[in-house]
Amino acid sequence: MSSRKELRLAGSGGQGVVLASVILAEAAFMAKKAVAQSQSYGPEARGGMCKAEVVVDDRIIHYTKVEHADFLLALTQESLDKYILDVAPDAVIMIDSSLTVPKAAEGHRVISVPILKTAAEAVGRAMTANIVAVAAINSALNIAPDEVLEQAVLAHIPKGTEELNMKALAEGRKLVK
Amino acid sequence: MAEKRFALLQGNEACVEGAIAAGMRFFSGYPITPSTEIAENSALRLPQVGGKFIQMEDELGGMAAAIGASVAGVKAMTATSGPGFSLKQENIGYASAAEIPCVIVNVQRSGPSTGLPTSPSQADVMQARWGTHGDHPIIAISPSGVQETYDLTVRAFNLAEKYRTPVILLMDEIVGHLREGVELRPAEEMEIINREVWDDPERARHPYRMDEGQLVPKMTPFGEGVGYNITGLSHDGEGFPTNSNEVTNAAMRRMLDKIEKNLGDIVTYEELMLDDAEVAVISFGGAARSVMGALDKAREMGIKAGMFRPITIWPFPEKQVRELAEKVRHIIVAELNDGQLTLEVERVVGGRCPVSHLGKIDGTVLKPDEILEKLKEVSK
Repeated sequence: MSSRKELRLAGSGGQGVVLASVILAEAAFMAKKAVAQSQSYGPEARGGMCKAEVVVDDRIIHYTKVEHADFLLALTQESLDKYILDVAPDAVIMIDSSLTVPKAAEGHRVISVPILKTAAEAVGRAMTANIVAVAAINSALNIAPDEVLEQAVLAHIPKGTEELNMKALAEGRKLVK
Repeated sequence: MAEKRFALLQGNEACVEGAIAAGMRFFSGYPITPSTEIAENSALRLPQVGGKFIQMEDELGGMAAAIGASVAGVKAMTATSGPGFSLKQENIGYASAAEIPCVIVNVQRSGPSTGLPTSPSQADVMQARWGTHGDHPIIAISPSGVQETYDLTVRAFNLAEKYRTPVILLMDEIVGHLREGVELRPAEEMEIINREVWDDPERARHPYRMDEGQLVPKMTPFGEGVGYNITGLSHDGEGFPTNSNEVTNAAMRRMLDKIEKNLGDIVTYEELMLDDAEVAVISFGGAARSVMGALDKAREMGIKAGMFRPITIWPFPEKQVRELAEKVRHIIVAELNDGQLTLEVERVVGGRCPVSHLGKIDGTVLKPDEILEKLKEVSK
């Protein structure tokens, strides 16, 4: 069994999926795992489809991109419909509960959770959706211990937003148990 | 960022850290995707170490200012991508002819022209060698990962200083925007080369005169009290223009020889699983990571394949590739362009074995499975 795990995070530009992937990569790095993180996006600053990838392994990573995602996070219907088509056979799919599960997702474990709603209502700031997602993903995949993930978040957020983001982490964790 | 020895960094960030460790204290440029983080981080980091960052009016100015800083004795770098690399060519030629050490980073993106700004490509291979006109010495080196970006940026400065030449760090979007763990070895633990300077200020008046047997003239920083001349025109030992064919020929030969007679020092490469290989894939930069992924699968399927990765792209590792062609049944060149390195490999191999090109020109990366298919095809 390969220790290589391929994660793909997809959404719309501005939702923070790249930062979410960086934080997950940082947490894996802090947890002494080999990691490769990358992203692809169009020239526009907001809108447009955006995908970010994290490869985590116990061994040295050769190919740095995702071939067949073992895990897919989709925050928009468009990105879900597109990237569901090339996930690994036993992939875990996490989607925002506002999305419709496409036919292609049949046979996969689909975790449908209210990421966007939790950020907007329970945390109180829609822009924390990516941090909510990071916590939910870590609960599902156990990439790093909770305290390591917290350190990874703190390393990548603006000063003065610590409390807000810790709240987002706590709410995100509750989504997947 | 730099106080930590181990960090998760983008290739572009590691480039800046490597440059600072190598002694870079001046950066001039004009930000362009996918190299922007190099300018951003230089702007952040240089003032912290007593250096200067300047955003110039355009890429031409960025190159010119880097040359000026270097002549004044400061290790200098500029960074860009395809469109800006085109604009820098004239001044790169000047640095080459006037023998001014400097480092030019080109984080390649999909072209031609403005192309696909955020997409990877490796289509500046030939431009790195021949982008500026005239026979000229140049060195281009290409990293395949974030650690190697750190290490090779140091090496780029070392080569520039040692051979008094512009050195091109030929990156690509894959590596520039890739985040990986990197060990930021401090300068004290690495070899750091500084240019040779005349102790005797009188001799500094002859910037291109050197002792018998030397190929690289010593230089003295402008502004240290000794006046001397520099020009892109063909020049004599005093740095003044000459129309003498004999002087020009000797100067040209010496400039080209300083690279060609030091290949053993300049050329580096990596060999992977080549001991028993029947098929060799030649690849470089970010594309080599796809090849490594494909080799893992090929070996599981019993295909005896290995990889030869030029780290020094120019001068090209001719001798090594020629020897490789004697050993293997087939060479595949995997690169993100329409066959630029393939041309060079074909020239060097000279029919010793078949050479196939596997490329992409649509702004996407080569996938390991695409390389695997090609390996299966030529292994039949």
